[in-house]
Amino acid sequence: MTIDESKLDSIINEYKAELGSLIPILQDIQAEYNYLPQEAMEYVAKKLVIPEVQVFGVATFFKSFSLKPRGKQQIHVCMGTACHVRGSKNVLGELERKLGIKAGDTTPDGEYTLETVNCVGACAIGPVVVENEEYHGQMTPIKVEGLLNNR
Amino acid sequence: MKLTSINELEELRRVISSKDPDKPCIAVCGGPGCLAKQCLNVRDAFINEVSARGLSGKVDIKTTGCHGYCELGPIALIYPQGIFYQRLAVDDVAEVIEETIVNENILNRLLYTDEKTRKPIKNGNDIPFYNKQMQLILGNNSRIDPHSPEDYLAVGGYTALAKVLGSMKPENVIGEVKKSGLRGRGGGGFPTGRKWESTRNTQDDIKYVICNADEGDPGAFMDRSILEGNPHSVLEGMIICAYAIGSNEGYVYVRNEYPLAVSNIKTAIKQARELGLLGEDILGSGFTFDVKVNRGGGAFICGESTALMASLEGKPGEPRAKYIHTSDKGLWDKPSNLNNVETFANIPLIINKGAEWYAGIGTESSKGTKVFSLVGKINNTGLVEVPMGMRLREIIYDIGGGIPGGKAFKAVQTGGPSGGCIPESLIDLPVDYDRLMEAGSMMGSGGMIVMDEDTCMVDVANYFTHFLQEESCGKCVPCREGLFQMGGILTRITEGRGRMEDLALIKDLAGMLGDASLCGLGKTAANPVLSTLKYFEDEYLAHISDGKCPAGVCKNLITYGINPGNCTGCGLCLKKCPAGAITGERKQPHTLNTGNCIKCGICYDVCRFSAVVKE
Amino acid sequence: MPGNTQKPNGNMVTFLLNGAEVQADPNWSLLEAIQFYGIDIPTLCHNEGLTPYGVCRLCVVEIENGTRAKLVISCMHPVTGGLKVRTHSNRVIKTRKMIMELLIARCPGSKKLQDMASRLELKEVRFEPLNDDCILCGLCVRMCDEQMAARAIGFAGRGADRYITTPFDINSEECRKCGACMYICPVCELRCQGPQAETTLCSGCINTEPVCAQNFDDAMCFMVPCLSCVKGPDDVK
Repeated sequence: MTIDESKLDSIINEYKAELGSLIPILQDIQAEYNYLPQEAMEYVAKKLVIPEVQVFGVATFFKSFSLKPRGKQQIHVCMGTACHVRGSKNVLGELERKLGIKAGDTTPDGEYTLETVNCVGACAIGPVVVENEEYHGQMTPIKVEGLLNNR
Repeated sequence: MKLTSINELEELRRVISSKDPDKPCIAVCGGPGCLAKQCLNVRDAFINEVSARGLSGKVDIKTTGCHGYCELGPIALIYPQGIFYQRLAVDDVAEVIEETIVNENILNRLLYTDEKTRKPIKNGNDIPFYNKQMQLILGNNSRIDPHSPEDYLAVGGYTALAKVLGSMKPENVIGEVKKSGLRGRGGGGFPTGRKWESTRNTQDDIKYVICNADEGDPGAFMDRSILEGNPHSVLEGMIICAYAIGSNEGYVYVRNEYPLAVSNIKTAIKQARELGLLGEDILGSGFTFDVKVNRGGGAFICGESTALMASLEGKPGEPRAKYIHTSDKGLWDKPSNLNNVETFANIPLIINKGAEWYAGIGTESSKGTKVFSLVGKINNTGLVEVPMGMRLREIIYDIGGGIPGGKAFKAVQTGGPSGGCIPESLIDLPVDYDRLMEAGSMMGSGGMIVMDEDTCMVDVANYFTHFLQEESCGKCVPCREGLFQMGGILTRITEGRGRMEDLALIKDLAGMLGDASLCGLGKTAANPVLSTLKYFEDEYLAHISDGKCPAGVCKNLITYGINPGNCTGCGLCLKKCPAGAITGERKQPHTLNTGNCIKCGICYDVCRFSAVVKE
Repeated sequence: MPGNTQKPNGNMVTFLLNGAEVQADPNWSLLEAIQFYGIDIPTLCHNEGLTPYGVCRLCVVEIENGTRAKLVISCMHPVTGGLKVRTHSNRVIKTRKMIMELLIARCPGSKKLQDMASRLELKEVRFEPLNDDCILCGLCVRMCDEQMAARAIGFAGRGADRYITTPFDINSEECRKCGACMYICPVCELRCQGPQAETTLCSGCINTEPVCAQNFDDAMCFMVPCLSCVKGPDDVK
């Protein structure tokens, strides 16, 4: 893919190309492209004057970064303790079955990406599934169908 | 408007506080629990209703931070009376405005009904969930709009800062914090004053104040709620800390998964700068301090101070050996002081009310209050703030309202993945740093996950071990390889392939993890396993020698079936079964083919006649 | 003593090493001081020419501070006056053996690891062998960075999924194919050339107590189960 260097520049300049801002810079790039394109990471390494392997190390270390394009709809299943004891495993299992993918993958049509997250901090209403930005509390395998009503 | 002296600050506060105290105000809780229950629709309905009735300007409507009682959301408090309305729907809004705001009547159907007396309770403070609490930190959440510095000033915000800048030397501030007995609320419980003192004593032109808001403990969300609901209180604590240790630069490292917390703290910083409470020459004192916000990338390990600093330096979050303290060489090798959100939020209180007052709350070794997130198998889920030393029984039964569905209490897990499970036999344990440690658990950041008879303790140990295995940075051998093998053994046990020798091997691994791991994550990683093995060994043995999961959780060890006596042949389970494992004619008892069953439990959940059985 | 680049100067500190009062330069690491006094302790991720990384944890020693004793890694712990150091206490030995057991389970084919395991008298591996070829000691990463100034390889991923790679997992222009990483790697050196060298886990070169003599006349292994008698990982029960 081709990347728009001026777009990257404006993100990098917003953080004054500071080394300490590597993570926020990558976050903003991901917000722009929906994932981290390799070319963008190479460009960041060049601009911040750091080895590419450091950018790659950071991008693969932190869970919020994706090196593959993600689906239009993001489904995050909370696997925090409170959700776990209330049965989030079964909710995840049902989502995996319904979507036909495993956690961390994207449906072949590019519609859904299913991911797990270690606690979204909405423990009181667990099990929680976050669909795009919207929180769905007290989830059960039965409610999964309603969540994916068009599938 | 930029304030250039303490007098100007107090003048502004006087103007703000002189507003009509009887003006009605509807404070809608905007915490994560209520948000998920569509509280913003309720708030918008209030706004529309008020303007439709031409009451705009006569009624204030604010969206506040978390009030704590998530179970009852959406919640709204009606001031000045302090009426507590719960489970609000958009349809209730017109009636609330008509009856409560205009006619000043109370709508009993929206009040909380006492479980015992069956009487409605008007005032929030009288509800059992709240009246045993001591909300020093959370209390202001229901009174202020986090986007309004005026609201914070009106409840006495930044008076501590004014006091510190106006009349206290840095040494006195540290002395006060030391005397208060405040201990770090993030996990380890290190005395805050001593930490400040050693950072102050290190000579350097550049020092950093870092606020750890990377709340990673699964099952805990108090830091989120403080930062979302009262960001200025955290800022005020940070500024005071910076003054005390001699720092001019600070960071808030906040989880990217908390977008509202990120935006609220950013707004607060901007407002504080505009008011002259941050930046150069704060309130004309000559003291300079500013704060940047850095979003975390999603790694539990970044709650560890040196890993957090590595990530602030643009590196993967790997901890380093702490033989040189961060108070000597922290971020960018400069002296750094790191505290968590709740610790900073305690500072203004200590300065305002004095160390002696603060030290009067709590126990011998643990002072003040602690916010817990009371979640899991409990009736009143939410955030609770209690004085240190309150007994677990009071928290779980009096405040939490006990276990739902008449089930039996089994254990409460505290301290996050580094903590342990405390059994029923220790339910009268007073909760403080040391007593939890003695029981094989820890305070951690304050997660309290209640487990009932349907929770399998081996599964819980396996859950935490896999959590940590995934979240370990992988740098040192004991943690990376040790947790990998520990996870394998526990999975084996939950799948019914455990061996008796495994228990000894678990203990050997646990000893090595504690002794040889690089950082706190590895050192404490065995706590969930060790504590469940200590208190629930019989469950491990049932899995290993009998091939049974007593709680009916571990899938390989349970089978589903249909009791023909109870089955009415309604066909619901057949329709819902994703594996096609259920067959049967309508109105005839159905049968479940265990060969096809994927044990998802849907049939068990949908059956209204208890005909689906789990063994 | 190799590794002690700084000559002792006048300001020596005194500490207790296995009960004996000794002196050392405060600029040394504990490991350097221990080695200076001729005590052999195992190290794996340590190399004199590279910055200490402190990850294999094999060089742990027990230090006593007042009433509390704890384990620290000697390669990174500074020498301070008044320390009480025990290099071979039961707690230390037990910890080293457990770490070694984990490493052998990860890379059973490494001759270096086998030899170290033998020296530690590790007799039993209770985990299933994984037959990987990297223990993530990071020597190659530091070599590439500090000695070759290439920074062409580094760590990626985290936890159990951590691995060493070039940027984006593809051939890197930064890599000059100098081979320094292979030179310094402790596990990819040629494996023991004893009988069944391709598949067995053997430590015969260190061992003097032949256990499996009934099966192989020259094989010497005191691992339990004796892994020199198996053909591959699938045979291990």
